[in-house]
Amino acid sequence: MRIHFKTSYDDDIRLFEDGWKLSLYAALLALMVALPWLIDDFYLGEATNVLIWATCGLGLMLLTGQTGQASLGHSAFMALGCYTTVLLMEAGVPFVLSFPLAGVLTGIVGGLIAIPALKLHGVYLAIATLALAILTDDLIVMLEPWTGGVGGKFAPPITIFGLEVNRWSSPAAWYYMALVVVLVVTLFYRNLLRAPMGRAFAAVRDSEISAQAMGVNLARTKTIAFGMSAGITGLGGALMGLFAEVFNNETFTFILSIQLLMMIVVGGLGFIHGAFLGAIVISFLPQALSIVTDGIGSNVAIPGLEIGVFGVIMILFILFEPMGLYGRWLKIRTFFQLFPFARKDMFRRQKSYLKTERLR
Amino acid sequence: MEVLQLLISGMANGCVYGLVALGFVLIYKATEAVNFAQGDFMMLGAFVTLGLVNPEFMGIPFWLALPLVFVIMGVFGYLLDLVVLRAVFGQNQVAVIILTIALGFILRFSAGLIWGHEPMSLHSPLALGDVRLGDLVLGMADVAIIITTFLLTLALWQFFQRTKIGLAMQAASQNQMAAYYMGIPVKRVQGMVWALAGIVAAVAGILYASKGAIDPNAGFIGIKAFAAAVIGGFGSLPGALLGGLIVGIIEPFAARYLPAGWSQIAPYALLIAVLLFRPHGLFAQVRVKKV
Repeated sequence: MRIHFKTSYDDDIRLFEDGWKLSLYAALLALMVALPWLIDDFYLGEATNVLIWATCGLGLMLLTGQTGQASLGHSAFMALGCYTTVLLMEAGVPFVLSFPLAGVLTGIVGGLIAIPALKLHGVYLAIATLALAILTDDLIVMLEPWTGGVGGKFAPPITIFGLEVNRWSSPAAWYYMALVVVLVVTLFYRNLLRAPMGRAFAAVRDSEISAQAMGVNLARTKTIAFGMSAGITGLGGALMGLFAEVFNNETFTFILSIQLLMMIVVGGLGFIHGAFLGAIVISFLPQALSIVTDGIGSNVAIPGLEIGVFGVIMILFILFEPMGLYGRWLKIRTFFQLFPFARKDMFRRQKSYLKTERLR
Repeated sequence: MEVLQLLISGMANGCVYGLVALGFVLIYKATEAVNFAQGDFMMLGAFVTLGLVNPEFMGIPFWLALPLVFVIMGVFGYLLDLVVLRAVFGQNQVAVIILTIALGFILRFSAGLIWGHEPMSLHSPLALGDVRLGDLVLGMADVAIIITTFLLTLALWQFFQRTKIGLAMQAASQNQMAAYYMGIPVKRVQGMVWALAGIVAAVAGILYASKGAIDPNAGFIGIKAFAAAVIGGFGSLPGALLGGLIVGIIEPFAARYLPAGWSQIAPYALLIAVLLFRPHGLFAQVRVKKV
């Protein structure tokens, strides 16, 4: 076990705890960069998919994991980000400009939506955002002149400084594009967490009352969290739509936002690693299932199998490992680090007795 | 005449929404959790009845099967609370939200496996056909739905207001710790509420199936019932019914008088409007505690 002897306040908020951590992440980055040479095009596409899901997951994680607000409406922001990017591109704005612009726009819209929505708490917020997701689905159909309605839209070709990025002819370029987006988002996220705003997010999550007592402006903090979360998810949604090449209202149903929420819970709420682990699970689950059903020898596709299995996984996680995959890893790591001294109770969650929200 | 016609069919739909919303409210009132799977409970209740009653399955006479359905759904609700929900007792509400959504997925999947994905119709004595009153065509099922719903809501309302156990349920929700101190077996009370919610869902399911066909995706009307529950003010039983009626009545009128597409978004638009202007619903139960 390494012991950190802290000699300055900076030690608490460094991006990387020590050289060992830094080299670990550097190695991971090197592996990610080298990936196109290591695996074939099919798996590269899957890896890109994981990165896209991770981007969306990071967006929701910021809201649910860091600020403690459950949203079932993030598919709306994914749709908004996607349609904005494509509409801007069709209007002649180059991709490198329209993509971040769409993120910013989605963030602003998210922030605006948050102002009334955040008067609501817990369950009410979840329901309001769910209604938002369903409304978006219907709005896409109704705004057919812009969105193409049920018929959907084809993603225009992406060119970045003259280099064409196409899923089929240049999968490596697509992969690198997604990788860059994820890296930027992750760095932003990580830096946000050590800035005053990120601390305020965590304070709001842990206790709104004590956060208020420490001088955190609740409404402002939540609005910013919602906006940033919406923006990041919008970027992820844009990537998802462009990667799918054809998208319509069905691409962004409210089921997507539920999947997103479940994904970050499986990965581990409140951890950046959790978003990535959850993304890996959600991307490879369909493949794993089809391999299993092929192995059994049944060629009959069972409708809804994927979502059913996902539900079971979800319940098992909530019951037995509420901290998700990353939490499990933390427990295993702590066990070995402290070897004979690790105790079961170290990760026990404090139970609280419920009081009604109706008497505030 | 047309208005009256729309009103009655809207009311019948609204009553089903209201009954599902009643299930939400029951559980919310007593455990402060929201059962996102209530719509799927309803679907399950309908399918269990269908499995017992329909001649191609077991073919038990309807009125004999009815108590059986209630027992099955009640036990199902109680066991669900015992096995799954009690494990997250005392944890964050988000955990319960995700848990019940996942439960809904599983219920939908299992119902699809057992009964298939084709819409099926229940052999219900309530599906009596139509009665003509002048220009007005009254579906007997609609009338039966409206009457049953009103009676059930009244009974449940009185149950919460007057009976000892109903009061215990309310107490358990308002402050678990204090309820324990007063000698209320909070966990068992919560299990009973889940059982009750299962039974209400069964009633809703039977009524829904009497109106038309049922398939595993029927549980999605739970989302409209949400809108109903929130519009009525989560936590108020008459509010849930009223909210259900409002949502149910708005739909056919929006479909008739507004451009296409509006009828689908109308309930949710109304929901968002209510949340904006009266964040805790029309029958607000939230009172700011004076310090």
